[in-house]
Amino acid sequence: MVNDAAVATPTRFSDADAPLPLPAFQIVPLVGLPIVAVLVALLIVAIVGDWLWALNFFHVVAGGLWTGIDLFVGLVIGPILGRLSIPARIEFTVRFMPKMLLIMPTLVTLTLASGWQLQRHLGYLLLSYPQHWWLTASYIVVGVMTVIALGLLEPANLAVLFELKKPRPDPTVIGRLMRRFIYTAGVTGVMQLATLVTMTRIATW
Amino acid sequence: MVTAEPAEHAGMDAVDHRLPPVTELAVGTLVLIIVGGIDVAARLPQQAALWLPIVLLVAAVVLLIANVVVLSRVQAFAWHTFFLVVRYAVLAYIVIAGMLEFVFVLDGTPGRLLALLTAMLVVFAVDIPLLFGFSVARYQPVDRAD
Repeated sequence: MVNDAAVATPTRFSDADAPLPLPAFQIVPLVGLPIVAVLVALLIVAIVGDWLWALNFFHVVAGGLWTGIDLFVGLVIGPILGRLSIPARIEFTVRFMPKMLLIMPTLVTLTLASGWQLQRHLGYLLLSYPQHWWLTASYIVVGVMTVIALGLLEPANLAVLFELKKPRPDPTVIGRLMRRFIYTAGVTGVMQLATLVTMTRIATW
Repeated sequence: MVTAEPAEHAGMDAVDHRLPPVTELAVGTLVLIIVGGIDVAARLPQQAALWLPIVLLVAAVVLLIANVVVLSRVQAFAWHTFFLVVRYAVLAYIVIAGMLEFVFVLDGTPGRLLALLTAMLVVFAVDIPLLFGFSVARYQPVDRAD
């Protein structure tokens, strides 16, 4: 889900071993919460009203953003970050990760809830196997990404942000946590490609 | 009793070795719930055979309880940070799980299946905050007052 990939391993913050001047940041950007609340409220309206266009809109837009952000962060932003100096990397991280903490769970919730209702509305659940395997494949892909996102990436994300709130963050801790992103970026990338295949196949039935 | 040294004073590996495998147990719980959920979703709209997701749910509950027990036995830990994270994570995951429950009810999910899915959501909404709280608190200075 959140491929804050390849924010590679810092081994030291500075030669003088002095604490980095980190910008002030909120672990969860409170300003974004009302936006999340409005989007979730709109999704509930779409579900309750069984509003096909709105369900389709939420699924396509949120799902497209979810997949696009994952691939872009994993394949473009990640390698760039890995080549930045450690202070630049840390400064980017404290500005980037809090936003991702709000954006990605919101996109995932919008995508999955609207997608589930959409398949019910369009009658895809009634399809028999082997055609049903396309739906089952999409559940498996989402399941794998959920385990990676909630079991590995988000805990590491939170731990890094709390570590960076300390007066003297420990680069060993940050480096170890950041390595998780690198290890899981490939798996998530493959899963997102599988998502593109299954979704475009289902959409053209 | 399991103890841990303050993260800022002890080496990280030393801290990790003294803490129980909370992360592994929590991820195991999550995997069981996800597999159960996939099995249920893959068989819809039929609900003839629920034995597999029920077995997976029971195993997930056992793992979750074991996790809470082993974590509660840790004396020296950043409990303040742990509960700070857990509090907000529970709030967030109640909203997410509540949203899913709302969809199941709205769709007229039959009682037996709804009960199973609800139990899965409850485990999910407890397991994830516990994992988040532990993942953050393990690297924070130990609460001396505790």
